[in-house]
Amino acid sequence: MITRRDLLKYTIKGIAGLAVPIAALEIVNPNKIFAGKNDKSKTRWVFLVDTYKCVGCGFCVKACKNENEIPYDANVTRTWVERYVVTKDGELFADTPKGARDGFTTSKIDLGAGKYQDIKKEEISKAFFVPKLCNQCENPPCVQVCPVGATYQVPDGVVLVDRKTCIGCGYCIMACPYGVRFFHPVHHTAEKCNFCYHRITKGMKTACVEACPFGARQIGNIKDPDDPVTKIIKTERVGILKEEFGTKPQVYYIGLDKEVR
Amino acid sequence: MKNHVFRPLFVVIGLVGIVLIARLFIVPKDFGVWERGYMYGWHRKSNEEDWKAVKVKYQFNNEYCKDCHGDKYDSLIQSPHAIIKCENCHGPVLEHPLNPAKLQIDRSRQQCLRCHSYLPYPTSGRANIKGIDPGKHNPDIECSMCHNPHKPNLGALSGGK
Repeated sequence: MITRRDLLKYTIKGIAGLAVPIAALEIVNPNKIFAGKNDKSKTRWVFLVDTYKCVGCGFCVKACKNENEIPYDANVTRTWVERYVVTKDGELFADTPKGARDGFTTSKIDLGAGKYQDIKKEEISKAFFVPKLCNQCENPPCVQVCPVGATYQVPDGVVLVDRKTCIGCGYCIMACPYGVRFFHPVHHTAEKCNFCYHRITKGMKTACVEACPFGARQIGNIKDPDDPVTKIIKTERVGILKEEFGTKPQVYYIGLDKEVR
Repeated sequence: MKNHVFRPLFVVIGLVGIVLIARLFIVPKDFGVWERGYMYGWHRKSNEEDWKAVKVKYQFNNEYCKDCHGDKYDSLIQSPHAIIKCENCHGPVLEHPLNPAKLQIDRSRQQCLRCHSYLPYPTSGRANIKGIDPGKHNPDIECSMCHNPHKPNLGALSGGK
């Protein structure tokens, strides 16, 4: 028989036990402790796009595809340029033919399914180009969903994909709110922009930044207070894409419009 | 309890054991939780080096071209095209002049039209670039037949190259 005293004792112990967080029961992981001490990485790569300067030439896309060995004629690309045209009636047109690999050479907007629409100069209220690439989010949802540890973030903020570990399940492609991931047609694994990791780790700039004749694209280290990109981000009005998703994207835009998605 | 109740249990324990042993061999030694923690840093450490080892194709440094192609370089830097890198038209330098000995030059109309097809977009830099209607301006010939891309100033048209 259980006494009233014992019942109360067990109840209190039980509730106290439930209150212990799962984390308190976790076995100590030396890697994690090491990481905590070493958290002060000296580099955090960020990107800055000035949409006023972009003319939609697509040199960035061409250079990126060649530099990163993305099959040139396959309709996939790590970076691309979008065109937005808003008419005086308030109608929005947006397209990115072949990711703007060959630039924008016609005023006809690609509506998809082989349909095009020409918009006359008098009808245009505003029109501009927006380069897109991986946002190297501080909270990357694509990494959270990977079931095999094939995609991860390095301490300097860049999100990479391990082609040997990737099983091609496509969860990360679905999870990215910015649509920057795709299947590599040759390797059959998830593929994405990695800020030309092989170049920035050698002190070079990314291929797209170098290819841009107009200085619309810039890369910098936000942990360096003297970096020109850091200065612009800290002192000028910049925007980010899809803030409401909480991903903390690290590609900043000057001249971002509400129509840009 | 009878033996036939335990038998499937042994099979399951055996399978779990096989999986655990196989895992020892299949999972790389450097696979684990690294700097960014379990959520973002669970990966194979050596893959970071794999990415750093990708070959650089573009130099994007016009000074690199200057030593051998000084005449073209000098002409280019005095023109409005000075902002364009040599490799944007001449292709990635790789280990040129050793490999490849000759670069593939993009002389297509498409290449020039990237900027010079006129688009009336007032809120972008495109509106400030001199442009043509590609359907009407000598549609059948290459731009370089009349314009020298290293010295594109229109005044030079009358004075030859």
